[in-house]
Order: sequence, then C-alpha cells, then structure tokens
Amino acid sequence: MKKLMKGNEALAEGAVRGGAMLFAGYPITPQSEVMEYLSWRMPELGRFFQQTESETAAMFTVYGARQAGMRTFTSSSAVGISLMQEAISGMCAKSIPGVFANVQRCGPGLGFALEGQGDYLRDTRGGGNGDYRVIILAPNSVQEMMDFAYEAFELSEKWRNPVEILSEGKIGQMMEPVELPEFKPTARAIDGMDGVPAEVLLDHENPNFVKNLGDKIAAMEEAEQRWELYRCEDAETIFVAFGLPSRTSRGAVDKLRENGEKVGLLRVISAWPFPRKGFEALPDTVRNFITVESCVAGQVLEDVLIATKRVTKFHDAKVYGLYSGAVAAKVGQIMEKYYAVQNGNCKEGF
Amino acid sequence: MAVAKKRPTLTKDHGFCAGCGHGLFIRLLHEVLDETGYAGNFICVDGVGCSSNYFMATTKGSAIESHHGKAPTIARGVKLARPETLVFTYQGDGDAYVIGLSETLNAAHFGAPITTFVINNNNYGMTGGQMSWTTLPGQKTTTSPGGRNPEQTGLPIDPLQMAARFDAVAYAARGALNSPRNINMAKKYIRKAIELQIRDGKYAIVELLSPCPTDWNMAPVKAIEWIDQEVTKYYPLGEFKGTEE
Amino acid sequence: MSKLIINTESCKACGYCIKFCPRQVLHFSENMNSQSYTYVEADEENCIYCGTCYTVCPDMVFEITE
Repeated sequence: MKKLMKGNEALAEGAVRGGAMLFAGYPITPQSEVMEYLSWRMPELGRFFQQTESETAAMFTVYGARQAGMRTFTSSSAVGISLMQEAISGMCAKSIPGVFANVQRCGPGLGFALEGQGDYLRDTRGGGNGDYRVIILAPNSVQEMMDFAYEAFELSEKWRNPVEILSEGKIGQMMEPVELPEFKPTARAIDGMDGVPAEVLLDHENPNFVKNLGDKIAAMEEAEQRWELYRCEDAETIFVAFGLPSRTSRGAVDKLRENGEKVGLLRVISAWPFPRKGFEALPDTVRNFITVESCVAGQVLEDVLIATKRVTKFHDAKVYGLYSGAVAAKVGQIMEKYYAVQNGNCKEGF
Repeated sequence: MAVAKKRPTLTKDHGFCAGCGHGLFIRLLHEVLDETGYAGNFICVDGVGCSSNYFMATTKGSAIESHHGKAPTIARGVKLARPETLVFTYQGDGDAYVIGLSETLNAAHFGAPITTFVINNNNYGMTGGQMSWTTLPGQKTTTSPGGRNPEQTGLPIDPLQMAARFDAVAYAARGALNSPRNINMAKKYIRKAIELQIRDGKYAIVELLSPCPTDWNMAPVKAIEWIDQEVTKYYPLGEFKGTEE
Repeated sequence: MSKLIINTESCKACGYCIKFCPRQVLHFSENMNSQSYTYVEADEENCIYCGTCYTVCPDMVFEITE
C-alpha cells in the first residue's frame, strides 16, 4: 500500500526502518524536514534523537555512538557536510560504519537553498584529509530516498565504511507515493568484514584501523558499482546523469528517439564507485557522451572522461557537458545540447 | 603509621616527560576506577595532545581517541550507546578550552551524563610548548616568545567557572597536581565526579593544574612551585559547583 | 613489617619524592637507569612508610608492602 511522502521524510523513515537507533543533526535548508520528522518519530519508537550545536558535533556524536555499537544516521546539506568531513575521515580511518545523507543545495560558500549537484567531486573523492572513499548512492525519486537509506546500514556494516545518500533539494522537497519496507532490527553488535564481532570497537583492538584501507577501497570499487541503462541498445550518443537531471534526460531520450535520433541514458546510481562497468555494457556504436549536471563546471564529466580511458572501446569517444547551474536541465535544454553537438558547434569538456 | 601502596590495575610505565602531571592524573584516575569497581567497565575518550598518550600508560586501555576538541561530543555518543558504562573525557587545556571550547560548554549546558577531566598545564605541550588561552600574561612560549601579551591574545580563560554557572552541571572543581595535599585533594575531586556519573548520571568537570617542566623550561621542583606562586592567581583551586553535598 | 620497593627503571629523576619526603630518606643515586636517569635511593632505616613518595610520584616508582 503506497503512502504519499515528501522526499526528506521518506529518507528519514527509510533510515528508521533500516535500523537507525540514533539520529543527531542540525537544521539546514533544504533538508530540515529529515530532522523535524525524526524529532517525534525516534522517541515514538523508543530510540534516540539529538539536535546538536553544529553539524560537526552531529557527526562526532554518531562517530562515538557507532563506535560503541549503536546504528546511527545523520543528514545535512552542502556546507553542513563540509563541517562533517573531519569526522567522516575519522570514521574511515577507524573502519566505523555509518549512514549520512547530503541533500545538496547549490553554490560554493553558503550557497542557495535551491538544488544542485556541486558537491559531487568533493563527496566522491572523500572531502576530508587522507586516503579514503565513501560509498555513495544517488536517488532520483522519493521511493529511492527511502530504499537507499533503508539498505545503507547493512551496506556500511558489510564494509565497515560510511555510506552517503547523495540527493538534492528538490528531491527532498517533492512528494511521491512510496512503498514502505519492513522494519529491520536495530542491531547493536557489528560483525566486521573479518568476522570479528565488535560490540565496542576500541581503537587499539580495532583490526582494521587504517591497515588494509587500500585493499578495502579497491574491493568496494569492484563490488558496489550501480547504474541503469535506458534505451541504449543501438545508441550513438549517451547522456550520463544522476539524481533529478537523470529524469529530465530520460524525457529527452524519449523525445529524441521519436525524432529518430540514436540516443540513450546511462544513469549513475552509485556516484562512488563510479559505474565503469556500465560503460563496458554499452554498445560499440556509441560515439559521444553528454553529461547533464546541475552545476556550473563539469564534475561527472571528469568521471566520464576517466571511464573513456578505462574502457578501451571508448578511447576515441567525445565527451561533452551540459551544466545547468542551480536548476535541473529541462528536456528542451537537453535536446538543444544534443543538436548543438550533432551540428558540430559544441566544444568538448568544460 | 605504615600505609600499603601499590600501583593501580591497568597502569604501566609511560613516556610522559619527567615531572609531568599527566602521569599523576592517570594514577589517581585508575586508583578511583579500582576503588569504585569500574576498572572493567569504562571508556575513556581521550583528546588530542599529551592526553592522547593515555594508551602508553595503560595495559588494556579501554579508550577511544577523539579528534581535536571533540572528546565531549564523541563521549556523549558513546554514553548513549553504553549507558551502563562509565564514560569520561581526558583532555588538555588546549583541547578542552580552546579548539574544543564549544564542545566542552555544550556538553556542560546539556548536562550530558559524562565526566570531563581537563589537565591544565598552561600551554600546548604535545606540540612543543605553544601558547594556549590558559597561558599566563608574560609567560614565554614558542608562540609568545616575548611573553603572552593580554592586549593581543586576551587574559587566561576559565571555562570551568563558566560551566559551574550552568544549572545542569552537578559538579565543577579545580585541583592541582603539585603537592601531597593537593594531589590527595585532586583524587577526592576525581572520585566525586565519577560517583556523580555512576550514581546519578550527572555531568561533572574537574580541572587539574599540572606541572609541565619541559615546555615551561623549568626543573620539575621549580615547576610545582610556579603553580602555587603564579598559576593559582588566575586559576584558583576549589569546588565551584556542587559543594553542598 | 612494611617494606619500601623502588622500581629504579621507572624513575625519571624529577625529584618530587625527595622534596616532600618528611624524613629526607630519599636521594639521587650515583648510578643511572637504562634511560640514563639518576634514579632515587632510600635510607630505609629512617623510612616511616607514610606513602608520601608514592603520592607525589608521576611514574609509580614506589611500592610499600604491608
């Protein structure tokens, strides 16, 4: 039975059903509803809710609670996630699982409470100090806001590594019908990858402390790639997008196909690890890639350029970018970009 | 009158400088842990600085290393997950009163069910003796070579007395690790703070003035005198909150 | 009968015990431990086993038996 829910609230309920025992957070548009919802939902279920003095404090509270065995969830947006980077880097160093969401807004600095995808490079390369990566799932619907939050806990405990839900303001603010999954247990003990049950992960007893971080990153990169191909069978041009722009790109593919154009969409679902395998699954007919991104300079573009290097059949493919700034590109805009590329008056890259 | 004395459980030789007060705090702490029966059920969230060497001084250090200034916030998370465990922070003056001032005062404001111990040696010791907000006026450090100038960097900060004014703070006291009498008094403060957490789940903060011969460029016996002569002028000893019991 | 045990290897020659010993029982020895500290020694016959040395020692050098 479906329920009409707001994206931010679906994200929160997904975390609750995924087993979150503690939420710590700080108000920030466009995702304050996550915290507002949990401020009554968590106590209602006999769980813990804490508004903290800053996003930094929020992430360090869950850092402590998680290391002491409690499943935790927190969420913020853009600049708030910048304040959390030190703790995220710390969690990766100590192999502490954890789930957090970044409901992006646009712009550097304080930014605007619209939407945007300008945090892509920061989050996919790990925004804090040192070598680490965070597994990142990018929803493009209210249902996926719930589903990704729901499954993120076990995913983060499987790898003993934080998992991020990378969303956008509009997805958090819009309402769509949602199917509610069953409640998962709020497991206290966490089983490490190496089977070491860790009620409390004390530092000097922690077998994974930094030692095999490189192997873990390589293993995650290989195992956790996710994507979706749409109408790519004989395509010569592939749109690459995640989140909201992937929905308007889908619309553009349908329209262009009606005009007889050979186009398809590769939707990025795991922003990290970037779905290189999705590129391998594309037909040899592909000549051009066009990324559709809500930012002002190519970010997903860089990963597509890298993918064309790693996938031999696309060594000579051309890569273009449509950067729509703070608002997701409209179907018309995407079609215009396509024809500009076809007519040869469009520069590659930035 | 003979008194049997033996080092408390879980402690071992450590690498703190000669005459450093941290070794004294760790011994007193573990004496209290043994006496209250919590030696097997505690988690120390130690800050960044000399206190991060807590591992060095304990055999089975039940500790989580914090990020700089974040110990109280992490400890609050740990306590949520382990309410029956004694959870306390062990920090220096730079960690708790400078970079972590907000975290310290927020934990005190919330009356979080944790205990905070601050070893105040009036400088950033671990990194080689830089100025801290607790450095005394005129005190030379590697970043106040001409002596601290209050016009530029303010007077010594006293967050302990700020916290003592918060309703939710059950106990706030300052001792000194520089004489038999003060050391025994410090142990009472530590014990009282820990009992408040165990018995009533209350927040307490205990600051201990600590000699730092290496970074004060003084002989240890001179350093402990300097605390009485100079430091206590800005950092008076005693119980500032919770003395009624 | 109590006994004063000095773990000379742990001593860092800070001198606190010497300063506060009520009977001036303690003094620096001529020899050094493996860390090159001139550790403390006691004229145990004057010791009253009051434990002050244990109290002020940052390195847990002293032990006093029953």
